[in-house]
Amino acid sequence: MAGLMLGNQAVARGLYEAGVEFVSSYPGTPSTEITEFASTYDKNEMYSEWAPNEKVACEAAIGACFAGRRSFCAMKHVGLNVAADPLYTASYTGVNAGFVLAVADDQGMHSSQNEQDSRNHAIGAKVPMLEPSDSAECKEFTKLAYEISEQFDTPVILRLSTRVAHSQSVVETEDRKTVRYDYTKNPRKNIMTPANAKPKHIVVEERTRKLVEYAETSPLNRTEMFGTDIGIIANGAAYQYAREALGEKASYLKLGMVNPLPVKLIKDFAAKVKKLYVVEELDDVIETHCRKIGLDPIGKELFTFIGEYSQTYIREKILGVKDEYVELEDTIPVRPPVMCAGCPHRGVFYTLKKLGVFVSGDIGCYTLGSAAPLDAMDTTVCMGASVSGLHGFNKAMRGEYEGKAVAVIGDSTFIHSGITGLINIAYNRTNSTVLILDNSITGMTGHQNNPANGKNIYGDPASAVDLEALCKAVGIDNVSVVDPGDLAETERVIKAALAAEEPAVVICRRPCALLKTVKHKPPFHIDTEKCRTCKACMRIGCPAISISDGKAKIDNTLCVGCGLCSQMCKFDAVKE
Amino acid sequence: MAETKSIMLVGVGGQGTLLASRILGNVLLSAGYDVKVSEVHGMSQRGGSVVTYIKYGDKIFSPVIEKGEADVIISFEELEAARWLPYLKKGGRIITNSRQVNPMPVIMGVQEYPKDLTEKIRAKGVDITAIDALSLAEQAGSSRAVNVVLMGLVSKTAGFPEEAWQKALEACVPAKAMEINKKAFELGRAV
Repeated sequence: MAGLMLGNQAVARGLYEAGVEFVSSYPGTPSTEITEFASTYDKNEMYSEWAPNEKVACEAAIGACFAGRRSFCAMKHVGLNVAADPLYTASYTGVNAGFVLAVADDQGMHSSQNEQDSRNHAIGAKVPMLEPSDSAECKEFTKLAYEISEQFDTPVILRLSTRVAHSQSVVETEDRKTVRYDYTKNPRKNIMTPANAKPKHIVVEERTRKLVEYAETSPLNRTEMFGTDIGIIANGAAYQYAREALGEKASYLKLGMVNPLPVKLIKDFAAKVKKLYVVEELDDVIETHCRKIGLDPIGKELFTFIGEYSQTYIREKILGVKDEYVELEDTIPVRPPVMCAGCPHRGVFYTLKKLGVFVSGDIGCYTLGSAAPLDAMDTTVCMGASVSGLHGFNKAMRGEYEGKAVAVIGDSTFIHSGITGLINIAYNRTNSTVLILDNSITGMTGHQNNPANGKNIYGDPASAVDLEALCKAVGIDNVSVVDPGDLAETERVIKAALAAEEPAVVICRRPCALLKTVKHKPPFHIDTEKCRTCKACMRIGCPAISISDGKAKIDNTLCVGCGLCSQMCKFDAVKE
Repeated sequence: MAETKSIMLVGVGGQGTLLASRILGNVLLSAGYDVKVSEVHGMSQRGGSVVTYIKYGDKIFSPVIEKGEADVIISFEELEAARWLPYLKKGGRIITNSRQVNPMPVIMGVQEYPKDLTEKIRAKGVDITAIDALSLAEQAGSSRAVNVVLMGLVSKTAGFPEEAWQKALEACVPAKAMEINKKAFELGRAV
């Protein structure tokens, strides 16, 4: 059967057809849907789960492959930094049944804090990396990755990009097959003490040599000859852009295996064309390889290291052709992402802005607290850094900021890597105040259950982390819970935590307004007789409120009746 | 050989552009084309400006549409039609919902929502059709059915059999919302 599938959906289909039995991931745009789709298959055939973080997911998948069952984990590019530790050593142990790790890069940073190129991790971990360029390849490469994993006794990375992961194209489905291996104890293979790891490093280097040989003739790498004037070496989405931009004006060497790279294949292609270009988004990995083998292609001297490419970009760079277009003279106001109407984070950030405190931020929907008009965030680095960063900030400031600085972190992010920072706060003692914004869901990635909300990936009841008890258990005595929908109470509780001469955690608990289980009140409206246009209601930055004909107005298609604006109004003009 | 055609769906995160693109993708696939649909997920979905690209023809390579390449832009909001206007091909067509959703700089009073955008776009020689899709969606039973109203309108001129649209609707819309969406589609098609 053929149909349109997202790249991520096609990877999940590939997992199913390859006979994968274990999937463990942490959500991260643009990788999330792989595991969501995986969880739609019968869990008795292919079991899926959300792990607390990428390191746990990767380790669980390694354990499952040791057991002799094909296993998988998925993550976004920055998630691979978290999972790098197990990956780099799994490269030494190798596998029993196949183990594939999918990593989705975010060229253009549509939903990420940096734009790192995951190919560097494949080089670092010395593992093969495959890179599909459409959904059909997503499925085929996923299946092939398992063959390579087992043939060469290595983890294999499947690299996606936002465009490949989040584009739909046609995929043909096939049947599932079963692949299982027996478990036998093998300490020299699977226990990486120095005595065992030293000989394994020799094996890894030898494996890379064999993989280069494989890359020379693998169907993953493909030459398309049309002429000899222009030769393009490209991978992933960049191949599609170049192919559309230049059509049959150029010849192509499409690299589906981006680590290790072939030598002879590239040299032969280079010898056939007059002008050789390397078209690769982000880092100059292929170009550097070409230089290492004595070629001199045109690469990053012409093409940027930054962002996504496109067909027009490549057409302009290589052929000097530009498309014409129409535009208006008007300045079009930008439309940045905003916290949704009814978002439980809004009350917290309004309060933090009012208090004028230093806010150590983290990764999630609540990072939008940094945007106008709330502007209530000072720093954001990576998952968990709010908590550990606040500790360092407070230590360095010799306690001067302890009463006027907080960390904000979501429930899922806190479980992911906030808890270790909190242990540090308790152990190395700063009187830091940590706000856990518990909206009962992993929000930004599109609503995944997590270990704190009492449901597993299938929506079945599961053990829920007791956040209050957890914080107390690591040595935080001052733990309070508040509903951020109540502005006065939220302010009182945060002030009390800041004033305390001890570390404190405030759990701001209210479920995400977009959850289907949350029942909304009818939209509020403005009594225009009473509205004095003081604009107090607009200070919370709700997208449902604007000024129309000189009075505040609530958009009834957006308002979910959270009532936060009614708490801002001194004139009783906001009505239920 | 069928030339590659490009359609953009633009709007505000949360307006249901993804569902509309699924419906359109299904119709095009059933008509025997190679199809690619490119979406945006994650942070920019949260009330931000969102865009979905749909391309079809004999063989599609790049899933994205660039400035000057779109044959049709279907806009869920007036300002977004203006924002993405440069992506329209010369001689291309815009179908827009006439509704306005204020972006944060307008809500905060830092910038103004430009006036008469549809007329200004038309004055540039662009074929633009504006309809009040929200009212029609509400008439069908849900303000959330704006996407399907617009698909109904698109179906009139796109040149595919109505049966293909109905099938796509059934494949993409959850059963419990089917009645409202069928009505929304009919209201859009009747414009």
